Amino acid sequence: MAEITVQDIIKPENLVYKKTPLMTDKTLSYCPGCGHGTTHRIIMEVIEELGKENETIGIAPVGCSVLAYEFMNVDMQEAAHGRAPALATAIKRLWPDKVVFTYQGDGDLAAIGTGETIHACNRGEQIVIVFINNGIYGMTGGQMAPTTLVGMKTSTTPYGRDVARMGNPLKITELVAELPGTYYVTRQAVHTPSAVRKTKRAIKKAFENQLNNKPGLSFIEVVSNCNSGWKMTPVDANNWMVENMFPFYPMGDIKVDGQLVKK
Amino acid sequence: MGELRLMKGNEALAEAAIRAGCDGYFGYPITPQSEVIEYLTAEKPYERTGMVVLQAESEVASINMLYGGGATGKKVMTSSSSPGISLMQEGISYIAGSEIPCVVVNVVRGGPGLGDIQPSQSDYFQAVKGGGHGDYRLIVLAPSSVQEMSDFVPLAFELAFKYRNPAMIISDGLIGQMMEKVELFDPIPRMSNEEIKAKYPWATNGKPVGGERRIITSLDLDPARLERHNLHLQEKYRQIEENEVRVEMMDCDDADYVIVAYGSSARIAQKSIQLAREEGIKVGLLRPVTLWPFPKKQINKLVEKGVKGFLSVEMNAGQMVEDIKLAVSGRTQVEYFGRYGGIIPSPEEVLEALKKQIIGG
Amino acid sequence: MAKIRGAIVVDVEKCKGCSVCIPACPTDVIALANEVNGKGYHYAYMANPEACTGCTNCSVVCPDGVITVYRVKLTEV
Repeated sequence: MAEITVQDIIKPENLVYKKTPLMTDKTLSYCPGCGHGTTHRIIMEVIEELGKENETIGIAPVGCSVLAYEFMNVDMQEAAHGRAPALATAIKRLWPDKVVFTYQGDGDLAAIGTGETIHACNRGEQIVIVFINNGIYGMTGGQMAPTTLVGMKTSTTPYGRDVARMGNPLKITELVAELPGTYYVTRQAVHTPSAVRKTKRAIKKAFENQLNNKPGLSFIEVVSNCNSGWKMTPVDANNWMVENMFPFYPMGDIKVDGQLVKK
Repeated sequence: MGELRLMKGNEALAEAAIRAGCDGYFGYPITPQSEVIEYLTAEKPYERTGMVVLQAESEVASINMLYGGGATGKKVMTSSSSPGISLMQEGISYIAGSEIPCVVVNVVRGGPGLGDIQPSQSDYFQAVKGGGHGDYRLIVLAPSSVQEMSDFVPLAFELAFKYRNPAMIISDGLIGQMMEKVELFDPIPRMSNEEIKAKYPWATNGKPVGGERRIITSLDLDPARLERHNLHLQEKYRQIEENEVRVEMMDCDDADYVIVAYGSSARIAQKSIQLAREEGIKVGLLRPVTLWPFPKKQINKLVEKGVKGFLSVEMNAGQMVEDIKLAVSGRTQVEYFGRYGGIIPSPEEVLEALKKQIIGG
Repeated sequence: MAKIRGAIVVDVEKCKGCSVCIPACPTDVIALANEVNGKGYHYAYMANPEACTGCTNCSVVCPDGVITVYRVKLTEV
């Protein structure tokens, strides 16, 4: 048996995985270990695999991923805070054959943008909403988000989120699943290879729904770490997420093909 | 001769939107302009021209629908009234900063706050000095008749796309609700998707095959670049000021005094100058049709000709008068007369004010 | 019986040393280097290259997409 060296393996004909060309070459502005980068990449992989890079328009939010348009190599628009579903509504209605998606964080989608989120879902706009939930406002320095857990410490809940003063964490995904206008609602994560692969399948399903003209909106929540905001290492943050976020925000499909999934 | 109809101002505006080849109207009901969306939904323009009409969940959503849709190169429009226009200010700033063409109509009512539903002109500052944040300008057209409510729609779109800037049609509750004869213009066909892609390479409607993607944003974290962008915007506004002033001058050639008024106030002032002339007072009317760019040159010419005083007549607490004072630069008297809260002055009141404040001295 | 051998190439300058790839690897190939890149991050590298099977777990989970994976099927001679 011949000895094989690493140099022998690293040959173009042996390539099995490379970052998609639909991610630009710019270094991501995200903190090391942040789920944003992973999620951006798998969305772009799906668009590449579906062959829709010339038909796609994405809308970036305000939040850590405000610069998403620097990294996604498709036509992109930058929305005002929370308003992405309104932009997407107009674009999809004016260009029904295009592939339209929004990419939003927890403040964008579930605080300031709650109205736009609910109504785009209620009208059943045939768009994809990707919702990154890390239970905190990263970009502005780690303040409480609507999805911050009870007892979780943030810069505006330094003693832990107190239900009596700040209410409970908002499960916006379950709320929109109740609306007849949503067609596919799922909650996923990107902290392990198998989670990433599942999320990518979910994203593909969402875009295929749009391409197949399915009646309603596809909504994908990605529970992510925020190691900077949570003040942990990325790996510790992922473990903390599994132990604390997942029990409250359980993984899995909530609504498929317009029907709520029975538990 | 185009088709003649007796129409309400708001309805003429809506019909004009369809005829102007508007691709999408996104709006929210608010008195005194709900007839616009009601007319559009009743007319079913999606069957006439394929135009999209959507009642949004709020004015905030409406202006952001304009932002998204306009960024793809489509002709998009909304209408609202004062409190709703306040809600749109953030969106307008983003639209101006990203250089997106669109048309926003304000049928002004009494304010501030919830105010009332009667006509007013108290949003002049908001429209012309920028109610949204940052250094930007709106191209502002002020109709004073139902005919102009119709004619200004294609003009607003033309100017918006020529300069990649939001354009506003600022009307008021009187013109929105009154009925007059209007000659409707021949329909302008909507642009096809291919025409839009060919004409507007900046528009985000799908990355061109083999080409670079487009980004529509008003964000730039590099201050040097943001300054350059602002300088570019300012240069654009200089060009608009140079080329797009529109004004109507009535009886100004021999005038000793000039009333400056727009919209409904101009209709009232027209009667006032007639009454004045009957008394032998030589008064003219300068009616700005564009509130921005403001007719500074025309005012300057009148000052140089020796006009002895300007009276600004506006249904507010004195807003346009400040721009007249700037243009006159202290060379002669500038006064203002107004009623507010939705009260409409009578032509006689205006003449009285002219006599007391300008002529009486 | 065929044996699979893999190898990864890490874009050293873009790696942020987040370490999320390390627990993702089923055969403990990856570790953070003692050296740092231009940004001061300890970048990931194959500490244990013979154990790599080119499964792509690391590249799939990498937030910055800095890992390229190669795989070759070896047959017994």
